[in-house]
Parts: sequence; C-alpha cells; structure tokens
Amino acid sequence: MTQSPMTPGIAANRLSQAEMAANFADIAPRFDRHEAMVAADRCYFCHDAPCMTACPTSIDIPLFIRQIATGTPEAAAKTIFAQNIMGGMCARVCPTETLCEEVCVREVAEGKPVEIGRLQRFATDTLMDKGIHPFTRAAPSGKRVAVVGAGPAGLSCAHRLALHGHEVTVFERRPKPGGLNEYGIAAYKSADDFAAREVDWLLKIGGITIRPGALGSDISLAALEADHDAVFLGIGLGGVNALTIPGADLPHVRNAVDFIAELRQCDKSALPVGRDVVVIGGGMTAVDAAVQSKLLGAQTVTMVYRRTKDKMSASLYEQDHATAAGVKIIYGAAPKAITPAGVEFAYETGETFVLPADQVFKAIGQTLTLPPIAKDGAKLARRSGKVWAGGDCAAGGEDLTVTAVAQGRDAAEEINAVLVGAVG
Amino acid sequence: MANLTSNFIGIKSPNPFWLASAPPTDKAYNVERAYEAGWGGVVWKTLGSEGPPIVNVSGPRYGAIWGADRRLLGLNNIELITDRPLQVNLDEIKMVKRKWRDRALVISLMVPCDEESWKDILARIEDTEADGVELNFGCPHGMAERGMGSAVGQVPEYIEMVTRWVKQYSRMPCIVKLTPNITSILPPAVAANRGGADAVSLINTIKSITNVDLDAFSPFPMIDGKGSHGGYCGPAVKPIALNMVAEIARHRETRGLPISGIGGVTTWRDAAEFMALGAGNVQVCTAAMTYGFKIVQEMISGLSEYLDAKDMALSDLIGRAVPNFVEWQDLNLNYVTKARIDPDLCISCGRCFAACEDTSHQAIAMSPDRVFTVKDEECVACNLCVDVCPVEQCITMVELPKGSVDPRTGRTVGDYANWTTHPNNPAVAAE
Ligand SMILES: Cc1cc2nc3c(=O)[nH]c(=O)nc-3n(C[C@H](O)[C@H](O)[C@H](O)COP(=O)(O)OP(=O)(O)OC[C@H]3O[C@@H](n4cnc5c(N)ncnc54)[C@H](O)[C@@H]3O)c2cc1C
Ligand SMILES: Cc1cc2nc3c(=O)[nH]c(=O)nc-3n(C[C@H](O)[C@H](O)[C@H](O)COP(=O)(O)O)c2cc1C
Ligand code: SF4
Repeated sequence: MTQSPMTPGIAANRLSQAEMAANFADIAPRFDRHEAMVAADRCYFCHDAPCMTACPTSIDIPLFIRQIATGTPEAAAKTIFAQNIMGGMCARVCPTETLCEEVCVREVAEGKPVEIGRLQRFATDTLMDKGIHPFTRAAPSGKRVAVVGAGPAGLSCAHRLALHGHEVTVFERRPKPGGLNEYGIAAYKSADDFAAREVDWLLKIGGITIRPGALGSDISLAALEADHDAVFLGIGLGGVNALTIPGADLPHVRNAVDFIAELRQCDKSALPVGRDVVVIGGGMTAVDAAVQSKLLGAQTVTMVYRRTKDKMSASLYEQDHATAAGVKIIYGAAPKAITPAGVEFAYETGETFVLPADQVFKAIGQTLTLPPIAKDGAKLARRSGKVWAGGDCAAGGEDLTVTAVAQGRDAAEEINAVLVGAVG
Repeated sequence: MANLTSNFIGIKSPNPFWLASAPPTDKAYNVERAYEAGWGGVVWKTLGSEGPPIVNVSGPRYGAIWGADRRLLGLNNIELITDRPLQVNLDEIKMVKRKWRDRALVISLMVPCDEESWKDILARIEDTEADGVELNFGCPHGMAERGMGSAVGQVPEYIEMVTRWVKQYSRMPCIVKLTPNITSILPPAVAANRGGADAVSLINTIKSITNVDLDAFSPFPMIDGKGSHGGYCGPAVKPIALNMVAEIARHRETRGLPISGIGGVTTWRDAAEFMALGAGNVQVCTAAMTYGFKIVQEMISGLSEYLDAKDMALSDLIGRAVPNFVEWQDLNLNYVTKARIDPDLCISCGRCFAACEDTSHQAIAMSPDRVFTVKDEECVACNLCVDVCPVEQCITMVELPKGSVDPRTGRTVGDYANWTTHPNNPAVAAE
C-alpha cells in the first residue's frame, strides 16, 4: 500500500483490501433464525397496527411477523411481496426509524421497537434465496404499456401490470436497470449485488422487456402514447440543484450523486477520494457521500448544512450513523466560495470559517429534468390522460424507495382498471 | 396454495378453521366479521331453552396466566351460555346463514336433560337452515350446577340418551362436545358414538382457579370479594386436549368417529397437530379472543405452506400420526440418543447445566470459559436440556447407530425390543 488516509490530494487505494471489504460489507447482516425468532416474538400483533399505516406500501406487518414466528418465513415473504414487490430492497434501505418502527407501540412504550426492517429482510431473503417467485401472470390481456425508467417506481409498476397480464416494455437510459437501487443507495445497504439480483428475480414474472432508450432523445412521449395503451413515467430526478458560488466549477468539486454512482459501479479501491473532504448539503445523499468518503479512507470528512439540526432531511438515525463513522457535521453554515485549497462558509450570524478541502461534494438536492407532462408543483402530475407518473419525479410523498414502489404499484392498478374498462 | 376445503361430517367449509362456541360467536355482528376475516365456520354461542335468558355476572369473568412478555397462556372464565333471547339468536342465525352459504354454521345447544326440552329446541332451530348441532355437554361452571353441561358430560348414560333423542328428532348432523373434567375421555366418547353422534368435539374448558388475590384472599376472577371455579382454556390446555383427541382416534370402538379438535389452537401448527392426531377440523376460541379474528390468515397460509411442502392433501394429514401413538410398553428400549450442544449456536447461559446438574443426571460439563459439553457416559437422553435451552435447535438429540456402544451402559445398541420382552420385566421372568 503506497497511499494512506494521510496522502494529500485526491488518491485511490488509501486503505488495504481487507479494510475496504470490511467497510463496505453488509451494514446490518441478515438475522439468523434465533435472532429472527426472538425479534418476532416481541410483536404484539396489534389491531389496526400503526406500523402498517406508517408503511407507504401498507405491508401487513403483524401478519408477516406472526408467520415468521410460526416458522413459515416463506408465507411471510408472500405477505410482504403482495404489497411491495421490492420488499427485499426496502428491508435494507427504508429509514424505518421514521416509518414503521417509529410508531411501533413498543418504541412508544419502551423506546425499543420491534425490528421490523430486519425481520422483513429475514423473510424476503429466505424466499428469494430459494429462487422462488411467488406470483404467476394472468392470461395475456393484449394490452401494451410503456414504462420509462427502470427504477423502483418503474419496476414496481411494470411488475404489477405484468401480473395483470399486460405486455410491458420498460425504456431505460442507463446501462443497468434498478435506478438508484443500482446507482444511488449506499453500497453497504445493498451489499453483494443485491440490486441486480432483485431485478432478475422481479422479472421472473414474465411479460416485461427492458429496452435501452432515453425519453427525450431516443424516444418521444408522443410516439410512446401512439404505440401503447398507457404510459408510466418513473424517471426519477435527473438533475441536481446548481451551486452558484465562486469556485463551484473547479475540478475538485463534484456532484455527490455522480460520485456515488461511480462508487457503486467500480472497484472501490480504485476510486480516488480526497484526504480532506467537504460535503455541502443535509440530506440522505449528503450523508451517503460523506460516510462513504470516510469508508474509502478519507482522513477528515465534514458535512456542512446550512440550516439547523432539526431541519435536516437526513434522519437523526442517519446523522448518528454519519458521526459514528467519523464524519463531522456542522449546522447553520452556508458556503460562500470554493478555492483549490478549501471552502469558505458563513454562519447565519455572520462569522466565517474555511475548511481545507482536497475534494468537495455538492449534495444540495436533485431536480426534475425533462418534464414532458402536466406538472403538479415542481413535479409531474400523477396522471394526465393516458400518461401516469410515480416515484421521485411525481408529486406526493417523500423521495424514498418505498414511496416509489407504492406509487408505481398504485399507478399500475389504476392503469389496469382503465385498460379492463372498469373506470375511465 | 394447497386446497384447504374441508368436509366435516358432510358440512363443507372453505377451510378447517372454525370458531368454537363462545363469545367470538355470540351474535351476528361477531360471526359476520369472523367470516369476513376468513374463518371457515363457526359454532354459534350455546343456546338454551325458551324462557327468560340466563344471567351473567357483571364483574370480571376472566382470569389468566401469562408467560414472558405477558403472553397470554391460559384463560379461565365463568361465563354462562348465551344471555340473549332465544328468538333473537335464531333470527340472526338464519340471516347469517343465508348470507354466507359457503361457510359452516353449527348451533350449540344446552337444555335440561329431558326429552321434551330437547325435542322442543330441535324443532325451534330447524328453520334456521344451520348446518348442524353441537351438544354442549362440557361447560363446567354455572350450568353444571343446574344439571346441564358437564353434569351431563360426566355421565356416559346421559350422553348416550340425549344423543339418541337428538338423532331421533332432528335431521341435522350432530356433534357431541365433551368435557375434559373426567378421569377417562373414552366412556363419554363411546357413549356419544353409541347414541349415534356423527362426531365428537373436544375439549371444553377445564375446572380451574387461575390465581388468588392475596389482599382480598379470594380466588380470581373476584366478584365482590368471592370467586368460584372457572373453565380453563388457551395454549396451556392444548397438551391435555391433544391426548384426549388421540385416545379417541385410536380406541377400537371410537376409531373412525369424526373429531373436531378444540383446546389451545393458536397457530397453523397447533391445528396441524390436532389433525395429525385424528381431528377432522379444529375449533378456536382463546386465540381469537387474544389476538382478534385476523389470526386465521396465519393459520390458512401456514397450513397451506406445510401441505405444499409435504406434497400432501388435507385428507392425507388427518389421522396420520395416530398409528404412531402407542402405549409406553411398545416403545423401543434399544433406541439410544445423546444430547449434542452446538457450540456455534450456544449463547452460554448455562441453563442446560443447571437443569442437568441439579435435577437430572449430571451429564453436562462446564469449562471455566463457559463452554458446555455433554458427557455421553452420563447422559440418559431425557431431553430436559433441550427443553430449557432458550435457543431452538442449539441442543439436539443424536441417535446412536445400531452396533455402537452406549458409553453410559457399556451395552451395544441392538435391534428393536420393548418392555414386553425385557429381562427386567417380572412378567417376562415369570414365564
Ligand atoms: C444517494 C442516495 C441515497 C439514497 N438512499 C436512500 C435510502 O437509504 N433509502 C430510501 O428509501 N431512499 C433513498 N434514496 C432515495 C431513493 O433512491 C429514491 O427515492 C428512489 O430510487 C426513487 O425511485 P424512482 O424509481 O422514482 O427513481 P430512480 O431510482 O431515480 O429511477 C429512475 C430511472 O429512470 C431512468 N431515467 C431517467 N430519465 C430517463 C429518460 N429520460 N429515459 C429513460 N430512462 C430514464 C433512470 O436512469 C433511472 O433508472 C436515496 C437517493 C440517493 C440519491
Ligand atoms: C368465555 C368463554 C365462553 C365459553 N362459552 C362456551 C359455550 O357457551 N359453549 C361451549 O360449548 N363452549 C364454550 N366455551 C368453551 C370453548 O368453546 C372452547 O371449548 C374452549 O375455550 C377451548 O378452546 P380454546 O383453548 O381455543 O379456547 C367458552 C369458552 C370461553 C373462554
Ligand atoms: S373487553 Fe374490557 S371494555 Fe370490553 S366489555 Fe370487557 S371489560 Fe369492558
């Protein structure tokens, strides 16, 4: 090893292979059977359970946990997948601390919720490891639907449409399907190539073809509408908010999402990272860029957020996770200028300071690009004519994997109702 | 998804999970919600004769015992049969049955032990179009003192007599519900069979006191400073019920008599166990009262997964374990096992050590760094360590192969041989 965390500038190979492997290993490995049984035993099987209401896909959580407790994790998995076909990914990436587990009656009573996310993973992994796809397609309906974007929203929609017997073509502009599951989520949350394995498993339903193609350049919405009975847009947020301060276009300044996308696809030791890294922003993307910089071997990583701690969109759990990884978080400071050596910030009260930085990541929010249909605020309307939209690109809900899955599924149900003539 | 359709003495239901006659089946509101939740059938809360309805206490009717984390393990009640007017029940039954043709609806009955009373009630329920009747010879409190319920169920002659009346005055399939408050379940079951019962169901509740209030010095549930015995049910009674079901299933005179298994059924696994020991279907009360009607979904998915995994039809399961339910003297005395502790699963709590060292055969060794191992030369294979270990599958029983030497006895493991031929058996020595 010639490089180390102390090596100045932007450098690859700061850590040994072993350290790198340990850093990017599965952050919350699957429960073994004993752990699952103990965790499942804590569920009270609440009536009209708060966890179920808090889940954007309304998984029947008490039922699936009872199915685990009675030794039928495969049945538990079916309960999960019936509501959320990406229950496997959601079990890994959902911020459960702000969703189901936050409202668990045992969290309220004892400060220790039933570990719903990890139980969900135990169940879904059990079934998926057996290679079982628990759904069969209805007889072909003869209807054709185009889905744009093979992220969680698009794939969830495609799966539900295929289930109903429709013929689905998914157009994706990136080389691999999966959307941010493949190119965004922190590597240690989706270890062992889970995103790709999940897509392969999901496609076993049949009736779904993924084709390369970018809406706007290769294909037009008008053509899709002409060729299909319905169109679903799950294109996510393609753009990033611009940082308009001096030095923002210097070569050591990068979009956090691009850095993360590269990290997810490359051999991690080969990925260069700064010795002193500064991340500007306060969301999940900022946390992931900061933490993963640290895991790649950066010596100091500082996340600077312009507002107060409670306004930060990354949850308290995520913030703790970052600080535990060695990231320093500074609240209430806005960037003023970037130089090749560092970033100057100013507190709301006017005091300024400079952080040395070999590398700067911008994580100040993503935006919708290419809005081809009616908008609802800054995002797409969920439906306009025969075009539906869901996930990050569409109005309503938080920008989370699980929300994308829910909106994709619900759009598919609406499309199905229209195609079979139940509603207009 | 396995086909769970059930045909119990000609009564069809989409699955073999019925609600037992009790508060969950007390009225149309409950029963319809139960059907919506997926229950295959119900036995309506026991009806009595025409006349002023019976009266329940207005203080607590339940006592309970709990396991860890306050899990309800046993429930005791002093509730009587329905306290609603007969005609209200009959009207509701008729309405519900018409609406839910595919579900089973059986009426539970308990009237005084004379021919006229039974003739009269059977005539009155005829018009409801219910699928069958269940004779409640089981309730151990309140009604027994009035010469009904378990007071009938404890006298085989009465059981036979009443069953005959019912078969004489009604075309409906007749299930006789037995009380466990007897020394042997066989005479009551035989009596029901002789009386012409189409099936028996068991168990009803067991006479019990769950606890005593140590300030008021009264059994609980306490009504104004006093308590009376109640009827015990829930997971705690399952072993008693399973044994009684199995005894009837294998007894020469009652073999083949359809059985509806009741007592502590809480999960699909409990239901499958009852069925393997001869029950054609199961009835549930306490589990529904503890967790709500929705638990049937777990029973349905679990039983279906199990049957699919075993590639069995529901009918293949019923009675499948009965031939293996034998007397002690038929057990193989040359079957030798030893406990094995999996060091990877062991969490070093030491409970197996305490149990074996203090109360069994001093067959577990403990190292200074808390590694636990079984001493084969001491282990009698009692299974206590397995039962007290908090980690499932951590301690297992491993069979010694035939021909190997048991280090405890120094004897070679031989072929099947039981007590009837054992040299220590005085009966054998006498020959
Ligand atoms: C760094 C990062 C970390 C995150 N961590 C979490 C987390 O831990 N937990 C969580 O719940 N959420 C997390 N999120 C949010 C989550 O990833 C998104 O909410 C979710 O992926 C949205 O799904 P989607 O299908 O709407 O969009 P995307 O996942 O963005 O998928 C959109 C797809 O459409 C394709 N596409 C876009 N435009 C076109 C076009 N014109 N033609 C064809 N194809 C196109 C894209 O290539 C992509 O494959 C994170 C997001 C980021 C950026
Ligand atoms: C509150 C209560 C009331 C009951 N009432 C009746 C009844 O009216 N008729 C009857 O046959 N059994 C009655 N039972 C007995 C149940 O039907 C059932 O046999 C018993 O509870 C065992 O099943 P379980 O362990 O699933 O509860 C009652 C049980 C309870 C708990
Ligand atoms: S369950 Fe509680 S609230 Fe309901 S009737 Fe009984 S005592 Fe009253």
